[in-house]
Amino acid sequence: MTRARKRNVLKDNQPPATPHDPPDLHIGHEYAFAVKDVREVITGEVIAGTSLWRDAWRRLLKNKLAVLGMIIVIVIVIAALIGPAIIKGATGYSYDFIPKDQALTKSFPPFRGPGGEFSGTHPMGTDNAGRDIFARVLSGGQISLMVALIATLVSLVIGVSYGATAGYLGGQIDDLMMRVVDVLYSLPYVIIVIVLLALLPAKTPTGQLAQLFLALGAVSWLTMARIVRGQVMSLKNQEFILAARATGVSTPKIIFRHLVPNTLGPVIVYATLTVPTVMLSEAFLSFLGLGVRPPRVSWGSLAADGAQNLAIYPWQLIFPGITMALMLFSLNFLGDGLRDALDPQMRKD
Amino acid sequence: MLRFIIRRVVIIIPMLLIIVSITWGLIRLAPGNFYTQEKKLAPALEQNLRDKYGLDKPWYVQYRKVLWNMARFDFGNSLKYEGQSVNQILFRALPVSATLGLCAYLFALAVGITTGTLAALRQNSWIDYASMALAMLGISIPNFVLGPLLALLFALTLFWLPPALWDGFPSRSIVLPSLTLSALYIAYIARLTRSGMLEVLRSDYIRTARAKGLSESQVVFRHALRGGLLPVVSFSGPALAFLITGTVVVERVFALPGLGNYFINACFNRDEPLIIGIVAFIAVAVLVFNLLVDISYGLIDPRIRY
Repeated sequence: MTRARKRNVLKDNQPPATPHDPPDLHIGHEYAFAVKDVREVITGEVIAGTSLWRDAWRRLLKNKLAVLGMIIVIVIVIAALIGPAIIKGATGYSYDFIPKDQALTKSFPPFRGPGGEFSGTHPMGTDNAGRDIFARVLSGGQISLMVALIATLVSLVIGVSYGATAGYLGGQIDDLMMRVVDVLYSLPYVIIVIVLLALLPAKTPTGQLAQLFLALGAVSWLTMARIVRGQVMSLKNQEFILAARATGVSTPKIIFRHLVPNTLGPVIVYATLTVPTVMLSEAFLSFLGLGVRPPRVSWGSLAADGAQNLAIYPWQLIFPGITMALMLFSLNFLGDGLRDALDPQMRKD
Repeated sequence: MLRFIIRRVVIIIPMLLIIVSITWGLIRLAPGNFYTQEKKLAPALEQNLRDKYGLDKPWYVQYRKVLWNMARFDFGNSLKYEGQSVNQILFRALPVSATLGLCAYLFALAVGITTGTLAALRQNSWIDYASMALAMLGISIPNFVLGPLLALLFALTLFWLPPALWDGFPSRSIVLPSLTLSALYIAYIARLTRSGMLEVLRSDYIRTARAKGLSESQVVFRHALRGGLLPVVSFSGPALAFLITGTVVVERVFALPGLGNYFINACFNRDEPLIIGIVAFIAVAVLVFNLLVDISYGLIDPRIRY
């Protein structure tokens, strides 16, 4: 784990005359602060430190598929963030721009203009109202990504708090809490979420989004709670927790200031694996008409619109579908790669 | 073991109560009502409807009536589909969803276990990489994208299969929906089988079997598969929950008259008896099924004793 670079730091630190004599240590006061490691003094080599995170990063980079996934994810995220603004500035198309000209409010195939000639204005075609699909896909990406990230954050907060508390308190409370998790795990409470979203739609678009964050976060916190509980249970018998208890640190502080930061590895891994799951759930709800509603678009609602006109205008479904599949594919590879990179380190802990 | 089973059976009733109460509470909290969807009713008509369905009574009276009906398995008549009782609709829609789900899951088991075992036996070969890549694809493509795309290819371009039809079990119309529904499960089962088999194939008793001279197929089928399939069996429990949400989308896409489709329509129509009926039914089915899966888990692996 350490990379040793051989270099004679202390010029007057000669090797011992015989193998059994200790080296002659002449540590001048001008070197006293430069020595970082006692091994440097004894052997004269400089040892550059490296952390567990850097090791994991190097392991991740060796996994070609994970790197590919990461690149694709970064490309799509950047395209989704700045794409709509660029397209709107360059051509004026946006996700809800309907052309004034009646002849243009039809669905054109990719790269074709009215009249069937080749034109580069709509690389993914238009939908039934003449809106550019490329701009819609990128705007949908914005909303889908935002919902996925924030809902994952919500599920992270709920899951980590629940799991850490259950793991630390132990005993009957832990038993009860895990029983609840087990029961919830086996129920299709997406059904209840569907009922909730269908019957209590929020009035404002931001309210709708907030409702979606909460609903999706509430669906996916279970496995995170289990993982964090496992980690906390293996950590809570270590000495630093004993020391904290002995100095009188209160229980919530122990849980949130000491235990939780040490569970960061598996939490990151599982959070990266939760994002595609949540994205899929949001798309599924939007496909049914319950998630993101017009005028906002998300990949799921684009797929719903496209599926209606599938027989005549298949490109309306193909492009959002392929983009979504590509994003999920890359996220899954990245998550798997992160798990492989961080896992060996976790086992050493 | 018996105490475990009894404890699990007994817990079904409170779970059911909680789920039905939450659902009923949500329906009651919702603004609007089933009759406000289309046009304003004259006050006298509205009053008649409210009297007929007891909507003016205090909430605990209505709640008690709902629970009492549920105990008698009588959910009442659907509010949107005139004259049909919820039980009738359930009995008509259940075979559709059940057939679809069963076909999809059995197909997923067959293909997934085979692929996963092959990938484990020939680890790091092209079969391994190809099947794991395909598995990843199966997890990544959403079923509402895969479904229409398959329909586009096989039904609307090649005309081999019907695009939106339900003809019962042994007919061509179940192929596309089952295929769409099973894609995700093929992927998960293949991955689980592969990792389970990899672990089992390294263990000592398999080495003993090989040392005794058993052929590879005997080793795999009679010894390794039993242990390697444990993750798949334990996945079957949550898989049913996913399957139900999957059938909702697939039935929408292929216009099948199953529980999922009725459920979504009921949610949009505020059809309270139907919503409660379907939710109660699904909850009971999932809980019972999970119990069966846990029991079978204990039967398969002698190390697990309840």
